Amino acid sequence: MAFEGLAERLQGTLDKIRGKGKVTEADVKEMMREVRLALLEADVNFKVVKQFVNRVKERAVGQEVMKSLTPGQQVIKVVNDELKELMGGEQSKINVADKPPTVVMMVGLQGAGKTTTTAKLANHLRKDHNRKPLLVGADVYRPAAIDQLETLGKQLDMPVFSLGTEANPVDIAKQAMEEAKANHNDYVIIDTAGRLHVDEELMEELENIKAVTEPEEVLLVVDAMTGQDAVNVADSFNNQLDLSGVVMTKLDGDTRGGAAISIKAVTDTPIKFAGMGEKIDALEPFHPDRMASRILGMGDVLSLIEKA
Amino acid sequence: SKTRESFVSKMNDLVSRYRTVDEEFFEELEDLLISADVGVNTVMELIDDLRGEAKRQNIKDAKDIQPLISEKLAERLQKDDSENALNVKEDEMTVILFVGVNGVGKTTTIGKVAHRFKEEGKSVLLAAGDTFRAGAIEQLSVWGERVGVDTIKQQEGSDPAAVMYDAIQAAKSRQVDVLLCDTAGRLQNKVNLMKELEKVKRVISREIPDAPHEVLLVLDATTGQNALSQAKTFSEATDVSGIALTKLDGTAKGGIVLAIRQELDIPVKLVGLGEGMDDLQTFDAEQYVHGLFAD
Ligand SMILES: Nc1nc2c(ncn2[C@@H]2O[C@H](COP(=O)(O)OP(=O)(O)OP(=O)(O)O)[C@@H](O)[C@H]2O)c(=O)[nH]1
Ligand SMILES: Nc1nc2c(ncn2[C@@H]2O[C@H](COP(=O)(O)OP(=O)(O)OP(=O)(O)O)[C@@H](O)[C@H]2O)c(=O)[nH]1
Ligand SMILES: [Mg+2]
Ligand SMILES: [Mg+2]
Repeated sequence: MAFEGLAERLQGTLDKIRGKGKVTEADVKEMMREVRLALLEADVNFKVVKQFVNRVKERAVGQEVMKSLTPGQQVIKVVNDELKELMGGEQSKINVADKPPTVVMMVGLQGAGKTTTTAKLANHLRKDHNRKPLLVGADVYRPAAIDQLETLGKQLDMPVFSLGTEANPVDIAKQAMEEAKANHNDYVIIDTAGRLHVDEELMEELENIKAVTEPEEVLLVVDAMTGQDAVNVADSFNNQLDLSGVVMTKLDGDTRGGAAISIKAVTDTPIKFAGMGEKIDALEPFHPDRMASRILGMGDVLSLIEKA
Repeated sequence: SKTRESFVSKMNDLVSRYRTVDEEFFEELEDLLISADVGVNTVMELIDDLRGEAKRQNIKDAKDIQPLISEKLAERLQKDDSENALNVKEDEMTVILFVGVNGVGKTTTIGKVAHRFKEEGKSVLLAAGDTFRAGAIEQLSVWGERVGVDTIKQQEGSDPAAVMYDAIQAAKSRQVDVLLCDTAGRLQNKVNLMKELEKVKRVISREIPDAPHEVLLVLDATTGQNALSQAKTFSEATDVSGIALTKLDGTAKGGIVLAIRQELDIPVKLVGLGEGMDDLQTFDAEQYVHGLFAD
């Protein structure tokens, strides 16, 4: 049940205006309706869609007709350009602290992929940057969360610091810093428990972990299948923790992933990595332009530009 | 409950700002439903229906349309009272298979369901069919200990179908009332993993002819439109009989279940409202609809 891409959606309107000299306001309006629906079906937040469509409309109507493109092509191009601009450039780098160790905090809703991504990131830092990370199990709530991280640590043959499930996550984080210094780990990646953005007590716990570890990176891990609520989640986490980046997981699925746009729009934080599977090597740099195409079913759209 | 109390907000707000039911009113209602992940097509169809009905009943006052909206939504989700009850065998063993994509809450829901059956005085056994994800077997075992039921397991990496076979033999010889089967999360576009799941189900059916008696698809309420594709593909592979909608304790609404009901006619049976073992409820359409309009 793959959703119709923007191309299919626009086909009808394009057929009508094919051969016309210029795009009328009515044509644009009809096309914008289709753009809106395509974005909503891709799970882009409806408020973000509204703003986006208005911006595209302004540009599409006001724009001079380019010689090389037909009016239909032009609208699609504007949509594509605007979306790319919104998504920003590629930034798949983890910041480095002036003084080691560099601390990375993984945060997010339950089941988003934090623990898995913790292991993936550690693997990436060692493999591609020759780093020596320490993994920290600060999830004392979810049953067997620490077992999960320890199993992954074994797979990676990397140390995992934890203090069992009776300890306080803030203490765990604090002691992990000592451990890292003693063992000369240059990165500390803290796996925190999943929590709801509206859970005040647990959100405060994250603030406290942040205060004692002074992380260079606070990464929000988001499931790519997230729907309209992505804006609320991202906004809350960002307000309380001042995120440095986002990781989109489960992009190996067939979701369009419109949440990426919503999150970018509300947090203005770069999406740094894409989770592409369950295995520890399934982490890729996030490509904003490809994401834009994916959200719109743009493979088709680009070919449509050729056809139109 | 929380959902019922906060219901007043969005819907009341909408109604109080509009005296009459006009196009703008419907547009805002459309946004409201879309923001709950109901999905564009279902929303459009619903709004058309409401518009027609408002005309037929000559409803002009925004206040008067409120009950109609709730009614229309609820009737789409639940056609009769009994359909959200789990199919539990009275004098033989009941087998329930849990399926779904990664991280939605399958294992946790099994813990909660086990607890519920235990409270009802039934004997329960768990089958650790997720042999893939790191720590999955331990996670289910911890739940088993919490609830006070045994978990049948093999080593990480073993064949999930073999675990199921073992679990069924154990369940038979112990004569338990309920066997709850966990499976590894898998994205529905992974053909091999979906085949593996078919095989797991086949083993269960081979050992007990009318089992599994329920195949519950666990859906995360935070999920958007992709949930429809999950429901379709998992149904094709395992003939899903009901949905457990988890994480409704957050701000996400899981409105996509409306589209799933409409297109695939799968009823929601259970609702997850937290991470504790008591945070499980039988689905109640009316209450759910109220929650849709909560803040
Ligand atoms: N297909 C796929 N699965 C993923 C990806 N990232 C994580 N997962 C799976 O998603 C599920 C949840 O991942 P976890 O790492 O346990 O998520 P978490 O955020 O730590 O969960 P909590 O600690 O319970 O909040 C597991 O089944 C993972 O294997 C991904 O990029 N692709
Ligand atoms: N807030 C909330 N969290 C939930 C609910 N149900 C499950 N969770 C949490 O969601 C996370 C994932 O739950 P699991 O039961 O491990 O999910 P799963 O589907 O078994 O995951 P995989 O086996 O990795 O595919 C855990 O942190 C759970 O505690 C719920 O109803 N509300
Ligand atoms: Mg975790
Ligand atoms: Mg599980």
